[in-house]
Amino acid sequence: MSIAIIALVAFLGIVALVQVVKVFEVSSDINKGKENDVTDKDNRTQGALMLAFMVLFLGGFIWMMLEWGDVLLPKAASIEGEKTDTLMWISMGLIGFVFFVTQPILFYFSWKYRGSKNRQATYYAHNNRLEALWTIVPALALATLIIYGLTTWIDIMNPEHDEEPLVVELYARQFDWHARVAGADNKLGYANVRFVEGANVLGVDPSDEKGKDDIVVRELYLPVNRPVLFKFRAQDVIHSAYMPHFRAQMNCVPGAITQFSFTPTITTEEMRQRPEVMETVSEIDGIRKGMGEEGYEFDYVLLCNKICGAAHYNMQMRIVVVTEEEYQQWLKEQKTFAESM
Amino acid sequence: MAATAHVEAHDHDHHEEHHHHKETFITKYIFSQDHKMIAKQYLITGMVMGVIGMVMSVLFRLQLAWPEEGFPILEALLGKWAPDGVMDPNIYLALVTIHGTIMVFFVLTAGLSGTFSNLLIPLQIGARDMASGFLNMLSYWIFFLSSVVMVASLFVESGPAAAGWTVYPPLSALPQAVPGSGLGMTLWLVSMTLFIASSLLGSLNYIVTVLNLRTKGMTMTRLPLTIWAFLVTAILGVLSFPVLLSAALLLLFDRSMGTSFYLSDILVAGELLENSGGSPILFQHLFWFLGHPEVYIILLPALGITSEIISTNSRKPIFGYRAMIGSILGIAFLSFIVWGHHMFVTGMNPFLGSVFTFTTLLIAIPSAVKAFNYITTLWKGNIRFTPAMLFSIGLVSTFISGGLTGIILGDSALDINVHDTYFVVAHFHIVMGLSAIFGMFAGIYHWFPKMYGKRMNKTLGYVHFWLTFITAYGVFFPMHFLGLAGLPRRYYTNTAFPMFDNLTDINLFISIFAIVGAIAQGIFLFNFFYSLFRGRKTEQNPWKSNTLEWTTPVEHMHGNWPGAIPEVHRWPYDYSKPGKDGKGYAIPGQDFVPQTVPLLDNEEATEH
Repeated sequence: MSIAIIALVAFLGIVALVQVVKVFEVSSDINKGKENDVTDKDNRTQGALMLAFMVLFLGGFIWMMLEWGDVLLPKAASIEGEKTDTLMWISMGLIGFVFFVTQPILFYFSWKYRGSKNRQATYYAHNNRLEALWTIVPALALATLIIYGLTTWIDIMNPEHDEEPLVVELYARQFDWHARVAGADNKLGYANVRFVEGANVLGVDPSDEKGKDDIVVRELYLPVNRPVLFKFRAQDVIHSAYMPHFRAQMNCVPGAITQFSFTPTITTEEMRQRPEVMETVSEIDGIRKGMGEEGYEFDYVLLCNKICGAAHYNMQMRIVVVTEEEYQQWLKEQKTFAESM
Repeated sequence: MAATAHVEAHDHDHHEEHHHHKETFITKYIFSQDHKMIAKQYLITGMVMGVIGMVMSVLFRLQLAWPEEGFPILEALLGKWAPDGVMDPNIYLALVTIHGTIMVFFVLTAGLSGTFSNLLIPLQIGARDMASGFLNMLSYWIFFLSSVVMVASLFVESGPAAAGWTVYPPLSALPQAVPGSGLGMTLWLVSMTLFIASSLLGSLNYIVTVLNLRTKGMTMTRLPLTIWAFLVTAILGVLSFPVLLSAALLLLFDRSMGTSFYLSDILVAGELLENSGGSPILFQHLFWFLGHPEVYIILLPALGITSEIISTNSRKPIFGYRAMIGSILGIAFLSFIVWGHHMFVTGMNPFLGSVFTFTTLLIAIPSAVKAFNYITTLWKGNIRFTPAMLFSIGLVSTFISGGLTGIILGDSALDINVHDTYFVVAHFHIVMGLSAIFGMFAGIYHWFPKMYGKRMNKTLGYVHFWLTFITAYGVFFPMHFLGLAGLPRRYYTNTAFPMFDNLTDINLFISIFAIVGAIAQGIFLFNFFYSLFRGRKTEQNPWKSNTLEWTTPVEHMHGNWPGAIPEVHRWPYDYSKPGKDGKGYAIPGQDFVPQTVPLLDNEEATEH
């Protein structure tokens, strides 16, 4: 019924519009059917609107930065993340500069050269110097970015650690995460979905000695300032292990093992004490209280960032970065794979 | 070559004229082989698909702004997928999947390139029709069939495909993983297979036509930039779409014949699959080998259209004609060697990542050339703000804004943290979605008189542009902030993570702009159909344009020109060309010199 009413209203609305436009066009018959030609007055109006839009657009951008700047991720919590953040802000600075130069020129020219019957456009078809200029300058700027970017990328993807990194496996399936810490020998036991059975949810090969001391957990503790080498597996579809606070991400691909490495630099506790984090947390806390939800405390999270099915939006694991002593304490409390089987 | 083609075409005319067989409704409007009618068929189909895609986006924006709240409209449209008006997570994924598929392929590939390549290639190069009218007709009808299959997939019991528009396996291969990977996904693959066949027929036709059927005097460097863009687009399509077909076929095999191209070591819904040895990453390589050129298949026609419209309405030659052609070719070439930037975090060898970063950032160079050339074309122009011109300027703006963030995403080190977040959504919607749809709107407003012999209403066009331009930026600009806050895309709701609770008002902001923007498209649809039926008759050359299509009569006719095909004597951009003494215009009182006008006494021969 309601749909019929909506349809009827829409129909009548369209009929009304047709009549309005028709009246408009008939009444401008004095223009001899030229009412759709662009007049000098139109050019003035549209030119002015171009200028107004420029103010709205650039002003809006600045407003967003002021208003929403605080939602951005806090300081990177890993050595690698700090590197990408520096690169990010340099690149952002550069593209921001180009944005704030080119957009105003575009809208300013649109207004400045708005048409009029009395003007003649300048016949100006090409200029090799100008074209060389805006080929070479972007090329140089990009060359710099490419070199800087690739140096950072190679640093992150081919890490050379002074100390042996802690090996941790992240295991993805619809719709949760498990972590497997390599244990005393710091070596992961062989695993394959074909070994998944009962409590052995990660499919660790029970006969592999290296796997006996592995520790399977649903919440991952990491020691601060120690490099961690993550190995990723997935059981069913592609997932992506995304740890935004560490600026870390790698896909988890069924049938393959992928890897990514970073060194956490800030413990969860320290992060909670950072002023910008406290500010964001208290804001979120306020919002949540208003909705009758429980309070919010800052935590590092691992989320899934590759579409993986219905509950893709809720596939998470808590990561806690602690001091070395706290980490050793936590390790002691966990059961090894052999013990839990 | 052009000269011989001309002679043959000439013989052909006479032949044609003597065989004026009576056209029936079916041969004229349905199974038409006339390129102008086929263009209109593409346009209308594209618009219908566009409305479907847009309504879908409004539905999931409702969910994102007001998560898990009930809306009667959701229940009305989604039925069992929205009990009590609350959207189901599976249908959310299906909506984003089909929205993406429809917009990328059906609207911005077929709707944009299909419409304007068909309309403009014969008209602007001076040909009676496409090289093969029959193949052209076949191309449209296969596309139509493909659209029907895609729309039909919305109604199957288990829901339409829901693995994202990129349909990565194993998610897209396993019905156990998501219900949309059942019959819905099969139909998706069938539809895309038809689509690819249609695209190939169309593209081959465009290429042959541009290369062989140019009229006398129409050298390659006298072609309007629209034609260059369509030609290069068609070549991209021919080279890349077959690869998508192979990707789709292998996926079809994995789904129904038990092969393991993409599948290995899988345990899903408690069931251990026997597949072994396949690689899901293989699919991504094949997919993006099409997928990235596809971005330019979408964008280049829009850029070509814009070049033409900006020049015409600035009453100035396009700045750097040869540089524009060079940048089209440069972009096209590079588009084949950058696909890996979609895969930086798939576990691909980091060295490959380095190579793809290098090639990807290179694309910024020809793109920058284009942007600066557009701006310089405006400089010292005499700008006439038709709605088409407004959309073209809008395109330049979005092309710059969205292109710039590409420098972030193309950089593998930076991509790690923003990959698959809303930053990506913002980037590609602005640079590809908005730019291309603005190009399409510009094209429709500009060539509506050519297509339908009527003028579109100017005032409604203005209102449509400003509402669209403002709301479009209002929707996609804030998404950069969401992305930098670490918000992943394709999340049904963000409420599962308290850390995203402070993003609620940004999402609300976006959704409101999206809804207003969608309603604003009603103005366009109204204007389109009103003008179609009741609009003012147009004069022959309403924009005082140089190109050949405006030398044809307003009333459409088979063969385009009643007499001989006009001969071309100059490039298409002699706007405001001064007289010999540097004062006034080459043709006194007229600020344009059509391509058909031979070199005048009162002008310098110019090398462009």
